[in-house]
Amino acid sequence: MAKRRGIVKFTENRCKGCALCTTVCPVDIVVMNKKKINVKGYHPATVDEMEKCIACTNCATICPDAVIEVETIDQEK
Amino acid sequence: MAKVLMKGNEAIAAAAMKAGCKYFFGYPITPQNELPEFMSRELPKIGGVFVQAESEVAAINMIYGAAGTGARVMTSSSSPGMALKQEGISYCAGAELPCVIVNISRGGPGLGGIQPSQADYFMTTRGGGNGDYRHPVYAPATLQEAVDLTMEAFDVADYYRTPVIVMGDGMIGQMMEPVEFKETSNRELPAKDWATTGTEGKRQPNIINSLALDPAELEKHCHKLDARYKEIEEKEVRHEMYKMEGAEIVLVAYGTTSRIVKNAIDALQKEGIKAGLIRPITLWPFPEKAFDAIPETAKVILTVEMSTGQMIDDVKIANKGRLPIEFYGRTGGMIPTPEAIMEQVKEILGGVK
Amino acid sequence: MSTVFSKTEGLTDKQFHYCPGCTHGIIHRLVGEVLVELGVLGKAIGVAPVGCSVLAYDYFNCDMHEAAHGRAPAVATGIKRVLPDNVVFTYQGDGDLASIGTAEIIHAAHRGEKFTTIFVNNAIYGMTGGQMAPTTLIGQKATTAPFGRDAATTGMPLRMSEMLSTIDGAVFVERCTVHNVAGIRKTKKAIKKAFEVQIEGKGFGIVEILSTCPTNWGITPVESLKWLEENMIPYYPLGNFRTPEEGK
Repeated sequence: MAKRRGIVKFTENRCKGCALCTTVCPVDIVVMNKKKINVKGYHPATVDEMEKCIACTNCATICPDAVIEVETIDQEK
Repeated sequence: MAKVLMKGNEAIAAAAMKAGCKYFFGYPITPQNELPEFMSRELPKIGGVFVQAESEVAAINMIYGAAGTGARVMTSSSSPGMALKQEGISYCAGAELPCVIVNISRGGPGLGGIQPSQADYFMTTRGGGNGDYRHPVYAPATLQEAVDLTMEAFDVADYYRTPVIVMGDGMIGQMMEPVEFKETSNRELPAKDWATTGTEGKRQPNIINSLALDPAELEKHCHKLDARYKEIEEKEVRHEMYKMEGAEIVLVAYGTTSRIVKNAIDALQKEGIKAGLIRPITLWPFPEKAFDAIPETAKVILTVEMSTGQMIDDVKIANKGRLPIEFYGRTGGMIPTPEAIMEQVKEILGGVK
Repeated sequence: MSTVFSKTEGLTDKQFHYCPGCTHGIIHRLVGEVLVELGVLGKAIGVAPVGCSVLAYDYFNCDMHEAAHGRAPAVATGIKRVLPDNVVFTYQGDGDLASIGTAEIIHAAHRGEKFTTIFVNNAIYGMTGGQMAPTTLIGQKATTAPFGRDAATTGMPLRMSEMLSTIDGAVFVERCTVHNVAGIRKTKKAIKKAFEVQIEGKGFGIVEILSTCPTNWGITPVESLKWLEENMIPYYPLGNFRTPEEGK
């Protein structure tokens, strides 16, 4: 069975580094980017292994700052 | 239109309805109860709304909400209740919300009494609430004037986007006189494009607000309000001069006290004593220029109030140190008699001689 | 490719001033999403409180009033009575609603005012710097309860939903949480229902939402989620207290 796949997009400069999104990902791919500091001065959230994303939207649902957008990838291709 | 005999509180309510006020929010307190009672009876008939709030605090905040939608709205109360409304009045002033607030005042401080008084002058003219604001205050002396000024108050409120107070003492609220409801003035009123009625997706949101965390922004806002207050001082000040020609003594009184003072002046005239009256109709703005027109015959000013002396501060400012100022007042709900005022006048004039 | 989650039109583009991890932002978004999904954003008029969410008027993409502390239900009453066909809501915190504004919220419910209240309970005064609220838990430290809240001198935490559900005019009362994804989804459903109850003219509706305050609780945002679950939910049980019967 083909699994739903997704892409998570972060409006990085809105992120306050609270890390709530990292606690709700069922495939554990949302992490804080310790190598980067955004305009607000926080380590922003990011996804390292996007191919594992199942587009569950949990991260966007718990994000308090409307940082995250989630898209699904067309499986026919 | 024919004159009708009405009680003051009801006449003010009827005048508000005549001025297009369909929404009233109030809380019971003596001696203004006939006003909300009238509204509760009459507003539903014209598709309006009467709400008895849980407190004066809530009532004035309902006014804040309703006025924000652009509707003509009114609340009424009496002195201790007016004290509670000051928070909301300050917010209405800050958020530039037009509304009319009636104070049928009674004796204080504290719970005080329920008899007529003018001891709310400070609270009403000095801004009983917090912050840098003013609002027009009308002080009718007759029921006809109460009717006319109430109707005018709605126009002034809309024109300048400000709360307006109509302040009558308990006598104005309780007495009966014939009144006539004349057509309203033809003041051209600005459109209420700031009102919150829902964006319908067609415009940016309207926000009713008195918060400005940036001090530069708040200062700018206060200056904008101040410019408006200066315009009100320029254009809206009202007073009456009575028998001022050749007056040896000028009495200053407002509201029902001015009627008693007029009786005293008429009686003094028969005794050959020339006394005149300056009657402020707006307490703010105070008719300072009227004092520039005091004739040279005048030797002294006598301020008469139903308080221990509150308007006298404004009289002193307006007098600019030119004449000596005397005071006569009754307070706590006691009403001065014409005889007592005459006696004061005679004593003062005797003393000056 | 299709978008399955994006920022709602119910919110403006202005970035929230809230502290990192503060769940106010989640609740704002849920309200915005519900207004859009019900198709009432253009008819909506919100009332912001005093407290952390005092600037909510900048965030909701609809007409707004900013009320005096605790008075939002009175302001909403004034708005709704003039504009009965609009959709009116208050957004209030626990200091605003459960302390200084108790008279206003109880009597709005008592009159059955047809507006919706979003009540954010984070058991503390946030904006003023972490003072004790009526909702602060026993033993919880606050800047005005430095040794922890003591029932003997400050009473027990106030349960507003339980109290309001004794009032006939409060036809919809539900307590929710936003400390996890399931809770957030349930909260959205409750908010939607509360607005539907208003739109159907049935009466007053309130959704109490347990929320976090990492800054004043003095723990991390992630720890706050756990603290809420372990400490607040046992004292403030989740669930629906009142809902209108179908057809009524």
